[in-house]
Amino acid sequence: MSEPVLQVKNLRVYYYVEAGAVKAVDDVSFDLDFGVKMGLVGESGSGKSTMALALMRMIKPPGKIESGQMILDGVDLVGLTEEKMRQTRLRKLAMIPQGAMNALNPVMRIDKQLVDGMLDHSVIMSKEERKARVAELLEMVDLAPKVAMMYPHELSGGMQQRVTVAQSISMEPDVIIADEPTSALDVVIQRQVMETINRLQQKLGLSIILIGHDMGLMAQTVDRLAVMYAGKMMEIGETHSMFRSPLHPYTQLLIESLPVLENKGVFSGIPGITPSLLNPPEGCVFHTRCPKAWDLCREKIPEFAEVQSGRWIACHLHTA
Amino acid sequence: MSTPLLELRNVTKIFGGKTDYTVALDDMTLVLDEYFPKIIAVVGESGSGKTTTGMLLLGFYGPTIGQALFRGCPIPELKGADLFQFRREVQAVFQDPFAVYNPFYKVDNLLSIPIKNFKLAHSKAEARELMEDSLERVGLRPEETLGRYPHQLSGGQRQRIAVARALLLKPKFLITDEPVSMVDASLRSTILKSIRAMNQEFGIPILYITHDLTTAYHISDYIIILYRGSVMEAGNVDSIIRDPNHPYTKLLVSSIPWPDPDLQWGGAEEMIQKSQVAFKAITGCKFAPRCPYRMDICDTKVPQLFRPQDNRVVACYLYRDNEVLSREELSSVFAEA
Amino acid sequence: MQRGQGFRGFLNYIRRNPAFGGGLVLLLLLLLFSTVTTIFIPREGAYPLAVMPRQAPSAEYPFGTDSVGRDLLPTLIYGTQMTLSIGMIAGVIGLGVGTVLGFMTGYFGGLFDTIVKFLVDVLMTIPSFLLLIIIASSVPNPEEMGVVRMGLILSIVAWVQPTRAIRAQVMSMRERAFVMMAKLSGMSGMEIIIKELMPNLMPYLAISLAGAVNGGVLGSLGLQTLGIGNLREPSLGMTIYWLRYYNAFLQGYWWWIVEPVTVIAAIFIAFLLLSIGLDEFANPRTRRTV
Repeated sequence: MSEPVLQVKNLRVYYYVEAGAVKAVDDVSFDLDFGVKMGLVGESGSGKSTMALALMRMIKPPGKIESGQMILDGVDLVGLTEEKMRQTRLRKLAMIPQGAMNALNPVMRIDKQLVDGMLDHSVIMSKEERKARVAELLEMVDLAPKVAMMYPHELSGGMQQRVTVAQSISMEPDVIIADEPTSALDVVIQRQVMETINRLQQKLGLSIILIGHDMGLMAQTVDRLAVMYAGKMMEIGETHSMFRSPLHPYTQLLIESLPVLENKGVFSGIPGITPSLLNPPEGCVFHTRCPKAWDLCREKIPEFAEVQSGRWIACHLHTA
Repeated sequence: MSTPLLELRNVTKIFGGKTDYTVALDDMTLVLDEYFPKIIAVVGESGSGKTTTGMLLLGFYGPTIGQALFRGCPIPELKGADLFQFRREVQAVFQDPFAVYNPFYKVDNLLSIPIKNFKLAHSKAEARELMEDSLERVGLRPEETLGRYPHQLSGGQRQRIAVARALLLKPKFLITDEPVSMVDASLRSTILKSIRAMNQEFGIPILYITHDLTTAYHISDYIIILYRGSVMEAGNVDSIIRDPNHPYTKLLVSSIPWPDPDLQWGGAEEMIQKSQVAFKAITGCKFAPRCPYRMDICDTKVPQLFRPQDNRVVACYLYRDNEVLSREELSSVFAEA
Repeated sequence: MQRGQGFRGFLNYIRRNPAFGGGLVLLLLLLLFSTVTTIFIPREGAYPLAVMPRQAPSAEYPFGTDSVGRDLLPTLIYGTQMTLSIGMIAGVIGLGVGTVLGFMTGYFGGLFDTIVKFLVDVLMTIPSFLLLIIIASSVPNPEEMGVVRMGLILSIVAWVQPTRAIRAQVMSMRERAFVMMAKLSGMSGMEIIIKELMPNLMPYLAISLAGAVNGGVLGSLGLQTLGIGNLREPSLGMTIYWLRYYNAFLQGYWWWIVEPVTVIAAIFIAFLLLSIGLDEFANPRTRRTV
């Protein structure tokens, strides 16, 4: 097996507020192989959005990357200078943001916005080359050529999101981080945008990290699924087997609470509330809500280890 | 037959000026009875008119054409004691768990103000008991929630308090507009359970407005599918989701991302649009420009409500060889049968 | 809006918002200067022929004296008192009227709103200072005008800006979900205005007050410097009027010029800082959220 394209090792991202340090991402590790789509799923406060920002090195004070490594193609992003990181963004690592409306410049034409990033990376293109590239990008995301001449406000939500997808692939990066790219979209448009992203991923051989909270969307699109809770990684595994046989109690409860056609009228949630990230509970961070918690869970933080081929888990039931 | 509690009679709502207008609702008739304790889902994408329906029934604005009635009286004209009764009997739970709170006050306010205004308790102690009871019913601990400010609680807690408020008031009708879309997945079930309980235990009829077909399927008995202000399909929810008739419903159902890796997104992929369709004066069926089964008649005349079965109607010429139900009688498809 | 714990929370906030703190301190100093000192320094010195004229600052006369024999120390003390009072009167009335009109028109709209909006638009186009000059010189006996009368005249234009600002804020706020909730809870329009909207608009009301008081001070200074107002009383504007009348520049009486200008500058800086500080409070862009 070749080296993974992205390796995150023991990453910690803390936010320093008056009351102390909020441990938004606490000792998280995972690998992403070439050409793999990985879903990063978690609820609010799980740390998934912070993870996205950390990967792009866009954490602003009072937050900072406390420790750990993020190795992309052999280079540790944590240690890079700002200038080197700037060169890495878009060229090797790109982001599809949530809410295209806020990501696109409202007073710039689409064609200019598509090549802007490339020009910023000192790519020299003649006027014809630029035009051709724009047409190529639009075609790849199933947008009509005339969109090049339009402004963001003239496009629908779904079309705007597809423009941001086109921007992200403009330099054919190795990894794309899609941060809830369809949360603002209706279910039909959502499917169209996700299928566009899927098609592109296959065609260009990219690796994708899809961040979100919609398990349904994950089931339909990703190869591997990583579940986060309260800043920690709970379980990672191949999507199919994660849904068929989730091992971590949190993953189990999460999947059980999902509505499917068969279980109409059955409502099950996870009792309790997410813990404070300022003062997380001792031991396993999920123990306060876990139906299978025992003494060790209250005392010792579980190790994150590979218990089956390709299945990683942080739970004393499996690693103690 | 007594006067229905809430009614929309041939309501059309138009927003905007003379040239740049939007038809949010197009000739919609809906009759909601207080003695019909069912949950009706109003489902559609953005621009379908579902939120407009809710807003009209809550009296936050009036119809452009037609009437919105409360016990037979036009809602915009309600005054004094009648207006008060309207507010007492028709309540809502909104989408944003933060926006419904005035950041200046503690969350207790959300519960204590209606208790005071509607005289639901005779003493401070009684009021406190009512509040604690309703909070417990939605799975919250009063010691952890009362006395706090909105920013000190999580989104899930705030939304549960909003549901507790509705429980406390026991209205004659509850309108919920996307009550769980801004809430974490693990909490959705809990909140939906509380809403369902209001219906089953207290017999409160509920209008569940959402774009999420999944939750609509799970909580409701009946469903109305809206597209650009018009009813596409309506009737029994099981029947419609498992076996959709209208091409639009089919598209919606096939786009649901079921959390089951084996249930892949089904067919209908050819409906990807490469161009924007004009929103303006469309004669005929609103869905025609996107419909794979489009016929000539679809472009010229708005389809009527055809009734292939007793408990459902579909506004599509594909089903024209069936009995026709007039728009005004849409609600009869929600009968007990 | 966040609520700190009482006084300590307040001090904490000042630390984070130096503009607000600075403005507050400066204003406090000015108030102390114009009030506490009056216990020791009588008013008589602020009038002509009270003391030796044309004296530079010395031990006997720390602020020096002017051409007609006013001791400039009491002149400035009582002058600041007068100017601030005029500003306060104009500001408070302006804010009061602005609040009532702003809330009523912003929330209820209708014919009343149309009328008020028209009035506001008209008054905004007319140069307010010109209007003030005309009104102030038309009243009977302008040279005997007291602080209250001057304040009232200035309030005629002071209500316009607060009305506009508050109306705009109310119009955007009335669509918010918590207002919808309040309606569903049986609250009447007036109840909603007073209990729901007003508390949330406190920062804007404070900003409007600071602006209105500042405007009142500016307006009164303008009128007095031109000689419209009470010629006998030692208001700051009048002091400027007299120093020009007696050619303080050419005569080299630098102290007569520097002192009132410094005090006036201090007043404006204080209000400027307060506005900046209140603006940060009302629009916390830099508030870090987790």
